Amino acid sequence: MLDTTRLTHLKQLEAESIHILREVVAEFDNPVMMYSVGKDSAVMLHLALKAFFPAKLPFPLLHVDTKWKFKEMIEFRDKRAKEEGFELLVHSNPEGVEKNINPFVHGSAVHTDIMKTEGLKQALNKYKFDAVFGGARRDEEKSRAKERIYSFRDKNHRWDPKNQRPELWNLYNARTHKGESIRVFPLSNWTELDIWQYIYLEHIPIVPLYFAKKRPVVQKDGVKIMVDDERMPIEEGEVIKEEMVRFRTLGCYPLTGAVESSAQTLPEIIQEMLLTKTSERQGRVIDSDSAGSMEKKKMEGYF
Amino acid sequence: MSIIETKIATDIESYLREHENKQLLRFITCGSVDDGKSTLIGRLLHDSKMIFEDQLAAIKKDSKKSVDGEFDLSLLVDGLQSEREQGITIDVAYRYFTTDKRKFIIADTPGHEEYTRNMATGASTADLAIILIDARHGIGTQTKRHSFIAKLLEIKHVVVAINKMDLVGFSQEVYEEISRDYLAFAKELGLSKDIRLIPLSALKGDNVVDRSLKSPWYKGDTLLHVLENIEIANDRDLVNFRLPVQYVNRANLDFRGFCGTISSGIIEVGDSITVLPSNKSSKVKEIVTYDGSLEYAYAQQAITLILEDEIDISRGDVLVKSDELPDSGDTFDVNIVWMSEEPLKKQKEYFIKRASILSVGTIESFYYKTDVNTLERQSASTLNLNEIAHAKLELQSSIAYDSYSKNKAMGSFIIIDRITNNTVGAGMIVQKSQDALKPNKASEFPEFEVELNALIRKHFPHWQSREIF
Repeated sequence: MLDTTRLTHLKQLEAESIHILREVVAEFDNPVMMYSVGKDSAVMLHLALKAFFPAKLPFPLLHVDTKWKFKEMIEFRDKRAKEEGFELLVHSNPEGVEKNINPFVHGSAVHTDIMKTEGLKQALNKYKFDAVFGGARRDEEKSRAKERIYSFRDKNHRWDPKNQRPELWNLYNARTHKGESIRVFPLSNWTELDIWQYIYLEHIPIVPLYFAKKRPVVQKDGVKIMVDDERMPIEEGEVIKEEMVRFRTLGCYPLTGAVESSAQTLPEIIQEMLLTKTSERQGRVIDSDSAGSMEKKKMEGYF
Repeated sequence: MSIIETKIATDIESYLREHENKQLLRFITCGSVDDGKSTLIGRLLHDSKMIFEDQLAAIKKDSKKSVDGEFDLSLLVDGLQSEREQGITIDVAYRYFTTDKRKFIIADTPGHEEYTRNMATGASTADLAIILIDARHGIGTQTKRHSFIAKLLEIKHVVVAINKMDLVGFSQEVYEEISRDYLAFAKELGLSKDIRLIPLSALKGDNVVDRSLKSPWYKGDTLLHVLENIEIANDRDLVNFRLPVQYVNRANLDFRGFCGTISSGIIEVGDSITVLPSNKSSKVKEIVTYDGSLEYAYAQQAITLILEDEIDISRGDVLVKSDELPDSGDTFDVNIVWMSEEPLKKQKEYFIKRASILSVGTIESFYYKTDVNTLERQSASTLNLNEIAHAKLELQSSIAYDSYSKNKAMGSFIIIDRITNNTVGAGMIVQKSQDALKPNKASEFPEFEVELNALIRKHFPHWQSREIF
């Protein structure tokens, strides 16, 4: 039996994530899972289904809809909610909707701040969640490398990198005062490769946008933006081209660059990822605003 | 194109199959700012091809901002903007890289004096510690401190990286002198038996991934070779089954599953188990997972158990095999690392979280505190930030426990302030308090009867005999 008592690295990561998910449900009154509909969310959801099997999820999923997500993401989200029978909460910042906040007009910084960061804070205040699962990984970006698995947020949802709670072993401190909350990152120790490999091995459904297909794109500031609906402005000199592209990361379509690719299967995606040495967030317009921009956004309450 | 890249390009499916079976190794790197720790990590990431082009472009851009103008690998790892500007690492940061053989998680911990707590944090989950020594300076105060904390947190494997060998001309004498000094010191400390000393240069890459031609006298392995091949599976205890119950899953009226992560041992369907502290017994009916029921499960797996009998079990209880019972107690001799600006006060009530149980406890007395720089023992009345003490902990309720050196999950705890809710300390159970045992010496029962009672409780737990002293 001794030979078969070893976990592979993915099984060990899986067990650790399940441990975190259960710990939160046992210790908090009102947890929620952020559901961004991307591949990391897909893995987090899958792990949650495992953690509480055979029961249904003991918490709702929350999607902060900026109104600029890819259409296919919204279809996929609703389909998964129906299949797995989880409670899905969708929130959009009503003020932003009213003012018609538009990344093409107002820029990525304003759009992200109002529709994403503000929208998230509104939803958290509205439902009074005391624990919020997020799918962030430490390998994504430098400021995340020091993030705790249980990341404490004050009443204003702010993160203070200089004043984080020490975190030892797998003992997590769930104590908070009223109004404070904990952001919990069960995928902290997973890398992009781990995520893809796990999706492949476990046959986890993901949004088809991750696979290459002929899609209409326009080159804007050196980034290929897909024409997902009629709101997309086509400037003079810009041409809509049908190109074989896919997305390495999903978000708001005007802020998410497509990459040229022919990868139509998971092994092909992994192959492409391993051979193209460009890290995954590069396609996101939001990170390149300024040095340390993610750190600033996190301190303001962005995930 | 490297061999690996060719394999990825030509046969991705077989590459993925190989990578499915990799093991995970967690290690921590300890050293001061000047020992070249960030450079070493940058080197491992760089030479194992884990650096992406855009990251490399970003550090090349940033390198221009620094004084020496040289391409600076350490910039890859110095995370937050504020500390990059200060030029120091101030908190534990986690890094990831992978090779054909293993996935690695590095806890990168700062070497500054005031940051003992960060090293203890990184060490708590580490299988292995890399302790950096600057070859020009030999063993310093920080080396001793790092080794002491590695010992305190019971890290099983230690690699001493004697760095900057290029600056001492790859001198064999320097390497041997430092090795001798270190091994003597480690013996005195009682540090792990598995200690390896590697002469290297993080800056130039010698003996990090590839063998150096400049140190032909060194017959040992390169750093990466050690990380990839060191045996860690045997570090686990597969004998004494312990399952701290995390959560009770009541999926429907007929389903009551006890969820948790097995901290040690193996459990099989049909095994007799005992619930602690209630001492009630039952048998394992089913081991439930999403991927189907299991015949047996082992340490590190997160499972759900269903029992034959309906007995009352809740979060905080520990399930053990009926023939492998741990001891119970409420007063322990413990080691404590204090992590808060506000000192630890005797007799003050704190929350103590051990595995899935949250109880209330006080530090009754300090035996001594250890100065991490001189390793001298001193008397103590309070404990300040980054101080380490041996003390007596008293809990308000009795718990089943194992010593930390036997079982990390059953013997470790964090200390939480009841007012601020901050994590203010971390502790490790050494043993049931010897003080607490003394009053019981004046036992009302004859010695034979006490021994018989212990024997019966151990082998016939289902008799549910009361413990006598």
